[in-house]
Amino acid sequence: MSDRSPGLRLLSLLGCVLLWHVAATRHLSLPGLVTFANVPSPAEVLQAAWALLRSPKLAAHLASSLARVGAGFGAAMLVGVGLGLLIGRVRWVRAALLPPLEVLRPIPAVAWIPLAILMFPSSEASMVFVTFTGAVFPILLNTIHGVEAIDARLVASARSLGTRRWRLFSEVVAPAAAPSIVTGLSIGMGTCWFCLVTAEMIAGQYGIGYFTWESYTVQNYPAIVVGMLAIGALGMGSSALIRWAGDRLMPWYRPQRGAR
Amino acid sequence: MSPQGARVSVERVSLEVGEGAARFEVLDGLSLVAAPGELVCLVGPSGCGKSTLLGALAGHLPTARGTLRVDGEPIAGPDPQRGLVFQHHTLFPWKTVLANVAHGPKMKGVDRETREAEARGLLEQVGLAGFEDRYPRELSGGMQQRVEIARVLINRPRLLLMDEPFGALDALTRLRMQELLLSLWSRLRPTIVFVTHDIDEALFLADRVMVMSAGPARIVEEIAVPFERPRRAALLTRADFTVLKRRSLSLLGEGTAAPALDRLTPLGAPLPAPRWRYAT
Repeated sequence: MSDRSPGLRLLSLLGCVLLWHVAATRHLSLPGLVTFANVPSPAEVLQAAWALLRSPKLAAHLASSLARVGAGFGAAMLVGVGLGLLIGRVRWVRAALLPPLEVLRPIPAVAWIPLAILMFPSSEASMVFVTFTGAVFPILLNTIHGVEAIDARLVASARSLGTRRWRLFSEVVAPAAAPSIVTGLSIGMGTCWFCLVTAEMIAGQYGIGYFTWESYTVQNYPAIVVGMLAIGALGMGSSALIRWAGDRLMPWYRPQRGAR
Repeated sequence: MSPQGARVSVERVSLEVGEGAARFEVLDGLSLVAAPGELVCLVGPSGCGKSTLLGALAGHLPTARGTLRVDGEPIAGPDPQRGLVFQHHTLFPWKTVLANVAHGPKMKGVDRETREAEARGLLEQVGLAGFEDRYPRELSGGMQQRVEIARVLINRPRLLLMDEPFGALDALTRLRMQELLLSLWSRLRPTIVFVTHDIDEALFLADRVMVMSAGPARIVEEIAVPFERPRRAALLTRADFTVLKRRSLSLLGEGTAAPALDRLTPLGAPLPAPRWRYAT
């Protein structure tokens, strides 16, 4: 479906921008429901984007956001994959850790923000914690799922070939669960950005989320949309980066169904 | 044959598979022995427990009663000395053919150069020189089983346990694999316990064929196979082969009055689906 009718795909995108343009310049309004009176037009957004690109603050915004995502996601990857492998394979670890994790899992990471601000000495640390919380559960659950789905015959064969306890993890369990882990990392990366942006709006000094919210408070409306688009692009880009790295690291893996 | 000096001895072994209330007995006081270097085939109806016995010999299933010994030592857990080959290959999809075959020596701490040279040698013996850098999914079913056999044989096992290893292959490939197995066996001389429900295959390969009956399994007949070695495919159409086959089929027929049961695996009953399912 990716290569078929690129013309149509482009046309549909252009159509949407055109609709946006018309709605914004005509100040379309459905009274009491929604109004485009304060929505900037595509041209204004383009100008604001250009202004941001030339602004010295862009690098600072990007750097803070990327550093927070890097720290939160990195920690979530270590904890999620490490615990996931153990919970999936070792019965007593599962019995000990799964109940508290099951209690924490349904709490959205964003709901942690007030408590995180109270718990951590700096707002920086609390934002990293919130992004960590957002990313860790998809990674953990996909890792557990990947470990549980391993063909028992594969493990039996490995043991018959002399693979002992810890080698079994590095040689068999981790690579067999790798496709599922990559899926978890990719989903986790998405939720990571989502949580970061929300946290930055509340506690941030710099960062793309902070930039978006600041633009609202100083009534620089076109910049809001620039911030939104930047957040989308960063989230999509980093998820694509993970899938690309996954494909490079797993040349042996081809999904049977195109669902992943 | 007496259990003394036997490579494999199964002494009044009972096995149970399944969990909790669904637990049932598949072998009841079964005994058999195999001499060093002997090729024994087990034939019998589906679900009679022949695969389960292989799983127990490999060390993946505990015995409920009785003892299993290899060279007089009781079996406690899996060991590279007892290689297991399943009906469908269990090659590691993330390793190349060469790395798959070299896995056993790697676990023993053999350095890379030595183990890869060894693996190349075995791949040559199974007729797969030139396929070292492929991944398992790029090979045909017959080639995958060749790699599987090479991966087990690299450990120089005293005992090779094979659970219908050629059952999923087409007839011609299966015949080639049987000839390959016989030539490998004549060179390396592992003891082989081979499970099949194909009587042609059993008579073509074995020194002795054990005919088993269903539930709980016992051995109803032991057939010494007199054909000279090396054996070639032409044997399959000889008059004396046909006579023996007819006799064996009638023996098998006696045991199969009961309907066929679910196929068991060397790892016990087919596993229930994991209880955990995630929305993500």
